[in-house]
Amino acid sequence: MRYLPVTDQERKEMLEKIGINSVDELFSPIPEKVLLKNQLNLPTAMSEMELDSLMSELAEMNTGSKMSNFQGGGCYAHYAPAAIDQMLLRSEFYTAYTPYQPEISQGTLQSIFEFQTMISKLMKMDVTNASMYDGATAAAEAVIMASKINGKRKKAVIAGTVHPHYIKTIRTYAANIIEEIEILDIDATTGTIKESELSKIDENTICVLFQYPNYFGSMENVFKISEIAKANKALVIAAVTEMTMLGAMIAPGDFGADIAIGEAQSLGLAPNFGGPGLGTFSAAEKHIRKMPGRLVGKTVDKKGKECFVLTLAAREQHIKREKATSNICSNQGLMTLAVGMYLSIMGKNGLKDVALMNLKRKEYMLNKIVAETKAVKAFSASSYNEFTILLPQNAKQVADKMAEKGILAGISLSKYFPELNNALTVTVTELNSYEEIDSYVKTLAEIIGG
Amino acid sequence: MRYPGIKDLKLAEGSIYDRSKPGRKGYSLPLENLENAENLIPEEMRRKELDLPEVSELDAVRHYTRLSTYNFGLDGGFYPLGSCTMKYNPKINEKVARLKGFTNLHPETPEKYAQGTLKLMYELQNMLAEIGGFAGTTLNPAAGAHGEYTGIGIIKAYHESRKDFKRTKVIIPDSAHGTNPASCAMHGYDVVVLKSNEKGKVCLSALKELLNDEIAAMMLTNPNTLGVFESEICEITKLVHDAGALVYGDGANMNAILGVARPGDMGIDVLHYNLHKTFSTPHGGGGPGSGPVCVVEKLTKFLPNPVVVKNGENYIFNENNESMGMVRSFYGNVGVCLKAYTYIREMGKEHIREIAENAVLNANYIKASLSDIYNVEYPEGTLHETVFDDSKMPNDVTTLDIAKALIDRGYHPPTIYFPLIVHGAIMVEPTENESKDDIDAFIFAMREIYEKSINDPENIKNAPLVTSVSRPDETTAARKPILTQCTTCIS
Repeated sequence: MRYLPVTDQERKEMLEKIGINSVDELFSPIPEKVLLKNQLNLPTAMSEMELDSLMSELAEMNTGSKMSNFQGGGCYAHYAPAAIDQMLLRSEFYTAYTPYQPEISQGTLQSIFEFQTMISKLMKMDVTNASMYDGATAAAEAVIMASKINGKRKKAVIAGTVHPHYIKTIRTYAANIIEEIEILDIDATTGTIKESELSKIDENTICVLFQYPNYFGSMENVFKISEIAKANKALVIAAVTEMTMLGAMIAPGDFGADIAIGEAQSLGLAPNFGGPGLGTFSAAEKHIRKMPGRLVGKTVDKKGKECFVLTLAAREQHIKREKATSNICSNQGLMTLAVGMYLSIMGKNGLKDVALMNLKRKEYMLNKIVAETKAVKAFSASSYNEFTILLPQNAKQVADKMAEKGILAGISLSKYFPELNNALTVTVTELNSYEEIDSYVKTLAEIIGG
Repeated sequence: MRYPGIKDLKLAEGSIYDRSKPGRKGYSLPLENLENAENLIPEEMRRKELDLPEVSELDAVRHYTRLSTYNFGLDGGFYPLGSCTMKYNPKINEKVARLKGFTNLHPETPEKYAQGTLKLMYELQNMLAEIGGFAGTTLNPAAGAHGEYTGIGIIKAYHESRKDFKRTKVIIPDSAHGTNPASCAMHGYDVVVLKSNEKGKVCLSALKELLNDEIAAMMLTNPNTLGVFESEICEITKLVHDAGALVYGDGANMNAILGVARPGDMGIDVLHYNLHKTFSTPHGGGGPGSGPVCVVEKLTKFLPNPVVVKNGENYIFNENNESMGMVRSFYGNVGVCLKAYTYIREMGKEHIREIAENAVLNANYIKASLSDIYNVEYPEGTLHETVFDDSKMPNDVTTLDIAKALIDRGYHPPTIYFPLIVHGAIMVEPTENESKDDIDAFIFAMREIYEKSINDPENIKNAPLVTSVSRPDETTAARKPILTQCTTCIS
């Protein structure tokens, strides 16, 4: 076995040094009755070339990976410069551990520090941690953190237009910590939360969490929500699941978010069937000691040389154990490197161009669908690169027919919103060419009528 | 004898913002007239400024390449971090994980167009269950701590399904990872600490005293964080079960018993794996990890949603009403899972046991070779890792000094000051991948550090001497945190 280098002769010498006769003796602390007598029931070992073909076959079975993709919903296909993956393959980065030993981890530490900086700038927030598992867990941890800041209050208010997975994750995390989760109702005209629902934000409200733009692609009235939350001294938590939009549109800091979380998968990471993504977590500086997750800080070494370390560990589980701000231990380390690199290469102009390209293609596609098919725009609110249309028939059935023609048409909302049976949320990015968009509209018209 | 040593090429590298010049571009996008595109955004929503660097592609490549030289990875040398199982990350894993068929697959793709990944996930669920002796698996958790959170959630859902609301506490040994108590607290459980006995193990009579109808579970790492196997495991699990509670197994140390014994057979009810430890996926400088959770039959219905099941010839997602809920978006760090899958398929039933055999042999060899000079507080029954300490060190040389002196000799230091029950702990886990030559060189380095601590202690106390940064001021970093780069400051 190629990963096991100890030879028989060496094994003999090692056993001699230990003072035993066989490796089996080393397992003597394990009770006899639970020692396995037979091999495990696993497939037989494979050589590298066999593995290579097996994995290629499995990859080929994912026919959806080659189809024309207009699905988003929290995971977005964007172009990632080739340089990113080259860098991810530098083993100095990917085979390193969490940077506990700063002297030999400055590469990881500085890249995370720069990631923290770039995400803070992007979100216009004071501080950002070294990342969370994904957007959903970041959202859940944000609500938990808010409950620790607003300790006496009992109710977390969540917009019903937030990604359903995020709401479910928040419910799981909050179950034993927060007394009440109030979900704000959706306005079927605007595709945002109903304005009347904002009256549910009161002096008992811990926080108000909303997504920008929301799960349907619609822009919430972020200023209004923020204003009402602040008037009630509830914390404003903004969730951004499609972070490329921040290249051209205002940031959570612009509308007064106290905590901003994001899913940064859009920024240089492939869809990968939903993971690994990258949760980002930013907050106002005054809250840093209540933040979950790793933080990298700048300091000097014993000779006064500028360097970086993991810091504010006193919040964390390995010091505080059950009194820690969270149980989180790792971050999505390598993904922060990819995102840092994406933001460096795209820079402020590239990210803006990507955002505008997305907007323009969305506008083109939406107009074309409305003009050339029987589908109509579902909601009146403005949007970024994701929008919802109403079809004259069941959206899932239409999407299935589109898929048979090689087009993944979008997300039919019936899965989470039974009342929106005919609604389809469509995402278009810079990866979707105008020809591809035209072909989508043509196929849709054939199915639902033009 | 020689240790690898260290002799670095010291490339100076500032911040990425230092390389920024207005108007410089590193990106390439299709030509498109974007002049009026901004008008599509309502006026009040238009972004006025964005403070990101403006660099060329080469600037970015240079920057990160130079930073990489400040890092020590496992491919660069021996990395004996105890409890972290820094095993080799096979290159074939990296190759296959990058196949477009996997990476381009969107999570909302209808199942029939995602059969390759779903088949892989289904088989991985089953293989992990078989390796641990369990009935069901979730691949959703993104890391070990996330797996703990999930596992404890499953236990909570189980008790609540039986209308047993009285159980509000979880027993955790004092040798446990800090994530154990923190994961329990996130479910609202109180933690009851079980003191280890003089052998560093669970004391049955002490456990008995703590057990009652308010205990929901006991969390146990086996072998424990001392690398010592809890020989009375079957008695422990029986006691816990008799009290109506469940046993949670922290699978951080599964590398020690792969193919040798199975936690499920010992009476463990729930176990999380760390794919980035036991199953060779890279640590990535702190993630992405993956922490699948396996459970016994009666708990399968409480697994987080969704799970992959086989329906005739097809693989589909299944949701259960009694599930503990969702613990993240989508289905887990699938890109990590497929590396672990590749690794298990490469090892197969023939070699999986050899992993544990070699890992345990290596750890015991190091213990036998160093315990004459480095104290081992709990020497009995060491499996895959061994915990030394600094109690016999001359001239007040500490564990931190030893760790830093190892850096000068070309090693990543072991885990230090953990577990907490050993004062000045130095936790060495060699894994199965190291050759005897490499282990001998490490032993030589450790012995030389000891010699030097007698003859030239200042040399050790000032280590590391060869790195460009030495012993950063962590106190000031925490007292006056600087967490973002000031991009407008003149450097």
